[in-house]
Amino acid sequence: MRRRLHELKPGERGRVVGWTQPYPPARLLEMGVLPGSIVEVIRFAPLGDPIDIKIKGYHLSVRKSEVDIIEIEPLS
Amino acid sequence: MLMNRYDQPSVVTRIRRIGLAGNPNVGKTTLFNLLTGLRQKVGNYPGVTVERKVGRMTLPTGDEVEVIDLPGTYSLNPRSLDEAIAYEVLAGHVPGEPPPDAIIAVVDASNLERNLYLASQLMDLGIPVIIALNMMDTAEQSGLRMDPERLSRLLGVPVIPMVASRGEGVDELRNVLTRPLAPPPPRQWHLMPEVEEAVQKLAKELKQLIPDKPESWYFSEALRALTSDQLLTYWKDREPAFYQAVLQAREPLQAKQIPYEQAEVMGRYAWLGSIVSEATTRQNHTTRSLTDRIDAILTHRVWGLLIFLGILLVIFQAVFAWAVPFMDMIEQGTEYLANWVRASMAPGLLRDLITDGAIAGVGAVAVFLPQILLLFFFLGLLEDTGYMARAAFIMDRIMSRVGLSGKSVVPLLSGYACAIPGIMATRTIDNHYDRLVTILVIPLMSCSARLPVYTLFISTFIPNKHVLGILNLQGLTLFGLYFLGTAMAFVAAYVLKKFVVKGSTSIFVMELPPYRLPQWKTVVWRMIERSQLFVTRAGKIIFSMSIVIWFLATFPRTELPPSFASQRAQIEQQYEEAVATKQLTSEQAQQMREEQLSQLADEEAGYRIRHSYIGRLGHLMEPVMRPLGFDWKISAGIVTAFAAREVIISTLATLYSVDDADETSITLKQRLLEDRYPDGTPVFTLLTAMSLLVFFVLACQCMSTLAITYRETNSWKWPLFMWVYMTLLAYLFALVVYQGGKWLGWG
Repeated sequence: MRRRLHELKPGERGRVVGWTQPYPPARLLEMGVLPGSIVEVIRFAPLGDPIDIKIKGYHLSVRKSEVDIIEIEPLS
Repeated sequence: MLMNRYDQPSVVTRIRRIGLAGNPNVGKTTLFNLLTGLRQKVGNYPGVTVERKVGRMTLPTGDEVEVIDLPGTYSLNPRSLDEAIAYEVLAGHVPGEPPPDAIIAVVDASNLERNLYLASQLMDLGIPVIIALNMMDTAEQSGLRMDPERLSRLLGVPVIPMVASRGEGVDELRNVLTRPLAPPPPRQWHLMPEVEEAVQKLAKELKQLIPDKPESWYFSEALRALTSDQLLTYWKDREPAFYQAVLQAREPLQAKQIPYEQAEVMGRYAWLGSIVSEATTRQNHTTRSLTDRIDAILTHRVWGLLIFLGILLVIFQAVFAWAVPFMDMIEQGTEYLANWVRASMAPGLLRDLITDGAIAGVGAVAVFLPQILLLFFFLGLLEDTGYMARAAFIMDRIMSRVGLSGKSVVPLLSGYACAIPGIMATRTIDNHYDRLVTILVIPLMSCSARLPVYTLFISTFIPNKHVLGILNLQGLTLFGLYFLGTAMAFVAAYVLKKFVVKGSTSIFVMELPPYRLPQWKTVVWRMIERSQLFVTRAGKIIFSMSIVIWFLATFPRTELPPSFASQRAQIEQQYEEAVATKQLTSEQAQQMREEQLSQLADEEAGYRIRHSYIGRLGHLMEPVMRPLGFDWKISAGIVTAFAAREVIISTLATLYSVDDADETSITLKQRLLEDRYPDGTPVFTLLTAMSLLVFFVLACQCMSTLAITYRETNSWKWPLFMWVYMTLLAYLFALVVYQGGKWLGWG
């Protein structure tokens, strides 16, 4: 079942499968958040936003409202 | 004859200029310092705020090479000013600056795939590329095994494994630069067919217009122009035919909803993914890294916030406590020097110019150095260890409310100590618009120079009473002033971001780099570099303005009325009489004479400044300032406070003929309380004091802030804007306080 990136809980992983809009922000892609990439939500910031995600072996912080377009296929 | 460079790659045999490129946090600065030693020059690219760092290195052959340290970027597709500059330099778009002969791509081995993204873009420019595979130690610790030779074969460019922080691999890198270097092999990755076709077509058209470039350059330029509006604009006037061709090429792609802007990223990563898996093997990936464990605490829901506040507290305590003795020393030093000159030179205008203009001006610049050095030492530590990104991560939620990001927090809070280092610290904000807005609101944070002004007026006019049992009214007022400044900074940021500095739609993505032990050399060097920049750039402006203010307070030279001379004669006469009649001992008489003479000198100084341009400006401004409750003396004080806020105290002291007063002077307080308008009403009331305090919270009374803003934004437009908006804000709020208070009957 597909979910959005910001809906994952800390510790949950998933594979990026697509976006809810035709042109995703190129900056996210350049940082490695693209279809096929495995992404893990590490933690949320103390005030609930942004999110610390692990992608391609490094940590990236993104805002919930800016990654809610990313569709994820959760991995166990 | 047109030669196909693709078949006969132009080998570069002697390198004269080399570009140093790489992602942020990959040790690029460390490598730059290693290669060039301290032979560096820091400046700005023409017309923009991006820093231009150039150094010189010597190769083993003895050849000198110029090293250009490009801004740290994740991509060459410009979405930020830094990226735009990096690309312009490498593509040879900067006027008068040919592209470098070769590029060193600094790559973090522990984060290979994303780092190779930029490296692969660099490889497509047709310039020889050498990959400096840095942080081999970190990669190994995290269980990655690298095969640099294999990586080199797969990419087709030299790969030098390095640990720049320990100097490992630097000699090998220098040696490679002495050999002939061939441009990278032809591109090995592919775009989706429709986009590939469009780019090839555009590259051909560009080649017809500009025939003498390396083959891969055409592809690179065509791809950039197709995918980036900003780079397309570059061609609009230079090659209108190409510009039109790009626009036409976009149409069918847009109609078919082909993500052509994203095609490059997909193509490159598809290729790089296979390369990375071939050239690296992961041994163990089960253990949590040290960074993960540290982050569990430092970005913890409760501990994270507390530690952040604790670190800030330590920094500000240190900056305040450690800087103050040095600042006092500088002030005493300049005072001593001025006195020495005063004693050894004949009285006159030149002497006054040297002591009160030049020496005071040098002092005004030097007095900022302790705070700048200390703050940048700590900020350097935060950045070098990787904590700065965590601070931004923790505070982003709050800052996003006003349209900024977490990266603005530390510079903004540095403003509590002093706006100058705060504004200089905004360099860590990569979004140009966010950076500009942060610079513009930092001076609203109450800095340490306002504190003496707050202290004088609060202790003079606010009753030292307790309210609600435990709260002290004076303390409460002080808190209120700090709160007002901070709240206004946030409101101003919101308004400026929304209405004035528009145009930023870039999303917030920030790398959280692994924690690292700080590189002391880098930290100290950056601290010195910042201070040098402050002295050479802002210092000149501050110095010249000090001279101007001295001029305004000294000229026109007015003849003292004869009454002063007759008073002086009277004092001398009294003294002689007292000595002659033996009413007093000669010591007592001497003491009395000196006291009276010094008081007379104060009165003369007061007379002079009242009739100087400053005094006249005060009178001139009085009608405008009267609605705020300010008389001409306060107005004159506001004029001189432009040199530095606390100067209003010494100006008022001179105007009230009080000798050498500071904010605790009881005489000055009494004079303020006793001063009356001709109609007998007091000049200073509680309401006047409140109005003045509010004015000082909000007004941009600081030429140094404007000078550094000029330096950091590279134009007079923004310092001027800053001064105007803050002055208007200050005037408006002071007006509301004074008139509102009067209307409520508090006057």
